[in-house]
Amino acid sequence: MSGDAAARYAERTKRLMDAVELRQPDRVPAIFYTMFWHARYGGMSCRDAMYDYARVDAVMRRILEEFQPDAYALPHPMTAFGAIMERMDYRQMHWPGHGTGENVSFQYLDREYMKAEEYDEYLFDPTGFYLSKYLPRVAGGLEGLSRLTDLPGQYYVALVLGMRHYADARVVGAFAAMREAGEEARRMLSHALAFAREMEQRGFPQAQGAAANAPFDYFGDNFRGSKGILLDMYRRKDQLLAAMDKAGVFILRQALAAGSRSTSRFVFIPIHWAFDGFMSLAQFRTFFWPSFRTLLFGLIDNGLIPLVLWEGDCSSRLEVIGDIPAGKAVYWFERTDLVRAKSALGGAVCLRGNVPASMMTTGTPEQVDACCRDLIERVGKGGGFILDGAIGIPDEAKPENVRAMFESVRKYQP
Amino acid sequence: MKDDEKQLVEAIAEMREEEALDLAKAMLARGDDPLRVLELCREAMDIVGKRFERQEYFLPELVLAGEMLENIGAIAKPLIHERSGGEAKKLGRVLIGTVHGDLHDIGKNIVTFMLDINGFEVKDIGIDVPVAKFVEEVRGFAPQVVGLSGFLTLAFDSMKETVQAIEAAGLREGRKIMIGGGQVDEAVRAYTGADAFGGNAVAAVSLCRQWIAA
Repeated sequence: MSGDAAARYAERTKRLMDAVELRQPDRVPAIFYTMFWHARYGGMSCRDAMYDYARVDAVMRRILEEFQPDAYALPHPMTAFGAIMERMDYRQMHWPGHGTGENVSFQYLDREYMKAEEYDEYLFDPTGFYLSKYLPRVAGGLEGLSRLTDLPGQYYVALVLGMRHYADARVVGAFAAMREAGEEARRMLSHALAFAREMEQRGFPQAQGAAANAPFDYFGDNFRGSKGILLDMYRRKDQLLAAMDKAGVFILRQALAAGSRSTSRFVFIPIHWAFDGFMSLAQFRTFFWPSFRTLLFGLIDNGLIPLVLWEGDCSSRLEVIGDIPAGKAVYWFERTDLVRAKSALGGAVCLRGNVPASMMTTGTPEQVDACCRDLIERVGKGGGFILDGAIGIPDEAKPENVRAMFESVRKYQP
Repeated sequence: MKDDEKQLVEAIAEMREEEALDLAKAMLARGDDPLRVLELCREAMDIVGKRFERQEYFLPELVLAGEMLENIGAIAKPLIHERSGGEAKKLGRVLIGTVHGDLHDIGKNIVTFMLDINGFEVKDIGIDVPVAKFVEEVRGFAPQVVGLSGFLTLAFDSMKETVQAIEAAGLREGRKIMIGGGQVDEAVRAYTGADAFGGNAVAAVSLCRQWIAA
């Protein structure tokens, strides 16, 4: 690393950590995070951004040099996984060429991947359920794994003879698909790692390493579907609560492992189903917060920094979610008023956000500048604030608005 | 209202699913008019809708109430003989769909449900709806209100195109267009040229009430 770049890297890291640890940094830091804006900016289709690793590098390099953010979210693991999904025939998403148009972002499919009657099976043996039922449902290439049932029932001679299952054509086919997808995943991730190292050499820290989900979202998004989990809150309350506790252990282990492989200690946690209109505050206290709080403590106790993106308006949750150790996490709010959040949580947690997506997309640079100035002056006061869009840079944001956002942190002081 | 009729309304409104189903089954088994049972369900839905508006109920209650209504309806409807009267008069027609490029539907479904229990005739034309399909449905269904739903930011342009196409087809006159979902706010409303936006299903209901009553 050149001396200048090393100094910039250290300076940016300090600025970010000052914000996280609730000290006043030399100025408010700003982070670059997007799903597909880089693709549009670089003249690529969404499909290109999901498949062409080298083009993603080229445009990201240009963006970072041009906008000089204090940290950035590495785009490859967030979007460039089209080829991996193709090789495993992944079914929980539609993406360009697989259900959506060339220039439309991937979208998750809100469906039931675990039936309501299967809670007990999950609770008895999450791994067995995951292997023989869940994986075959979520990926066509993994259907053969449904042959691998009741593995602990194979022991001693039955274990030895049980080896025959691994020569079953369907199982062999599944392993072959897993290997192919795995090789592609390694290719993509080693590419991403090389890019991250290069950016580090140029003085840009990563804004997040691992990712995780709240146990409620984990079940709602990936297993039961939104309708399923809403009904479970009434019909299967105890099973849902027990399953979330169990899943929380696996989510934490996964995040700790991923966090230990990254240079970034930030663990990105997008929160999908906690917003005010979704469930009551009492339900939030029962179904959402306890298992999520356990996860937050698990990450913090292991030296990681939860970076929680609270989607939607979570104003009513503010009185609950401040109950974590001070200066150890970032709460990024999409639509919750940050001034209100600051007065409720300012002593506990660093805030991030939240130039509205509508303004970034349809507004003018003057409007963005005024919005950022207001956020910097009111929310940045006393430290503990990172500037960003409400959900990062929206895919359709005007470049001049993005420029105005990143320039604002150099123009205005709290 | 008879005692068990009151109990049925209360069981649904209080989210006691099993009790509600048992009561409805018992009433139908002893020969009560299935239309009366459905009317009681409507009354209960009215309570649920009001509690949702007052933010005492949220999505779990709406979804569970919807399930109870569907399950009781499935038993009651085959028992309905030809009778005069039939369905109550609807307040007005609302066409709703998620704009093209966007596959999200939970918000749209909740709005559809709330409009339905509030007495509107709602036609839900699904997700990722092409502009031409909206135009065709507006022409055929002749709604007083068109609701465009979208969660992603790409929906801003899709909404704008849809509004413009409805206008270009000469179908804007005499009807209102409302938008909602995800990031939608006043800036997006202005950008798309819609008449109003709503932040939630309650807002959608009050917009329709206001427009259709006028």
